[in-house]
Amino acid sequence: MRIRRLKLLLVKILTHVIAWIIAFAWILPFMGIFMASIRPMEEIIAGWWRFDSFHVTLSNFIEAWHHPSVPMSRGIINSLIVTIPSSIIPLIVGALAAYGFSRFSFPLKEMLFLTIVTFMALPPQAIGIPLFILMNQLGLVDTYVGLVLFHSANGLPWIILFLRNYFETVPKELEDAARVDGASEIQIFLGIILPVIKPALYSILALQFTWVWSDFFYALILIYTPDNLLASQRIPLMKGEYHIPWGTLCAASIIMISVPAILYAFLQKYFIRGIVGGVIKG
Amino acid sequence: MSKGDVMRTRTLILNILIFLLPSIILVSIFLIYPIFYTIYLSFIDIDGSPVGFENFRKTLFRSDVLDFKRIRGFPSVSPPYGALVHNVIWIAIHLPITTFLGLILAVLLRNVKGASIIKAIIFMGMIIPLVVSGIIIHFTFEKDTGIVNVFLGFLGIEPKSWLMYPETALYTLALSSVWIWTGFSMVVYSAGLEAIPKELYEAAEIDGTGPIQKFFYITLPLLKPVTITVVTMTILWELKIFDFVFSSTRGGPGGATNVLALQIYFDYFFTIPSRPDLACSLASILTLITLAVACIALKPVIKIAVRRYAV
Repeated sequence: MRIRRLKLLLVKILTHVIAWIIAFAWILPFMGIFMASIRPMEEIIAGWWRFDSFHVTLSNFIEAWHHPSVPMSRGIINSLIVTIPSSIIPLIVGALAAYGFSRFSFPLKEMLFLTIVTFMALPPQAIGIPLFILMNQLGLVDTYVGLVLFHSANGLPWIILFLRNYFETVPKELEDAARVDGASEIQIFLGIILPVIKPALYSILALQFTWVWSDFFYALILIYTPDNLLASQRIPLMKGEYHIPWGTLCAASIIMISVPAILYAFLQKYFIRGIVGGVIKG
Repeated sequence: MSKGDVMRTRTLILNILIFLLPSIILVSIFLIYPIFYTIYLSFIDIDGSPVGFENFRKTLFRSDVLDFKRIRGFPSVSPPYGALVHNVIWIAIHLPITTFLGLILAVLLRNVKGASIIKAIIFMGMIIPLVVSGIIIHFTFEKDTGIVNVFLGFLGIEPKSWLMYPETALYTLALSSVWIWTGFSMVVYSAGLEAIPKELYEAAEIDGTGPIQKFFYITLPLLKPVTITVVTMTILWELKIFDFVFSSTRGGPGGATNVLALQIYFDYFFTIPSRPDLACSLASILTLITLAVACIALKPVIKIAVRRYAV
């Protein structure tokens, strides 16, 4: 009995050690760029893990924020201008569609649903070229209107899939009672459904915001005036060809991460629910 | 049809318009139209005349996509082997490690104090922009600045810039992308584990089943649908990898880390003169592969849809 208990204790300790070693390994790269962002270049080159000479400086952040060719100050503002409407528009449009798919029945409904949902899987490069040509014809290349419209469309497939699954779990009694009382579908949607699905809406906002914020490819092909570049486009441009200014680059990276990281700190469970709900319940 | 029926049909049509039309319009213009246009462009040459499957032959059998000479020399001849091969190598390295690690973590963390903190750390990889991940990995594997070299030093391996050499760059990127994606498999497996009824384990314990047997005879079989989801979603992610490579190596050195998505971008937006024929036919091939994989992921959705349709 004592040996068995000892064995269990050993297993427990071992599990903890392994788990925390993995966690430590995972956090090291983040620590690396954080240390590089607050230390002068000589100390970064010597290795950020060495502390025989340790100076904290904000100059990397100032350099990244006021970068002569691609300042992050402008990048963050541009990214916010694109990301906020690109999160809210598909949320509204997608919620309406998900409700429609879940509550109405009409011919070819499931085919239409499948067609839309399939687009979740497609690689961006599969539509990038015609998208560029189309935006060019519409005069929307190098405008945020074009990019926002596209991101809104691009977010719809997963939002509709996610919300339709969610709607199936919402009991229909309340709606039916309202319907008997003569409420229109729009009234039911706004008055009864929206309040009930709030947690799902948070998940969508959190993930859609993070994905649009992180987008690089669509920004790369659609936005090219230097002043209009989004934050994600500015980071590779700071790299330079031969000499890499690691301090500035790491500071810019931290600035870029900070927005979704703050969101993640507050809405962590919604992030995870969104990811899991999007793939599992289907 | 009675008057009431007409009214009801009219309301239904009106409702469908209000609720579904905005989505249908957006998706049609910005997703459906472009994908068909990509397919159309892959069957015509630069002058606009139809060429059948000629573009597909041209785009596949070029050294940027399939470098047969170098592939034959594998493994003594280093990358580049061509973008298509690089994607396959990426999947071969990244998929088993990230899936297995996610599963192990999901199982281990059920009995660890501070599990939520560890989960939050590992899931961070999924939150940060891939452009930044590319910078972080480049920094971490660089000769002077990379802490990886410190740990490899303990094993007697000389420090080097792992992304600067064709012999190591591709394998380093594929391996390090485990750091980005393991958060996904971990949370999905965690949710899958929670769905397994506790009674099953209790019953097994009464029968005297050990923890390892429980894992292999209860946990693993019941996680099969979750594993299918994780594997397909992971392959989809590996097939469209772009930002991460762009910001870390730009496909270099000498094309050693080039991948399909990057090649499509270069063909159209970078090469002078632009080559829509090569780019779009390659994009169509990538789409075809993706759809084949996605069918597995979407199988439950398709099943539900078919069942609803039948009823």
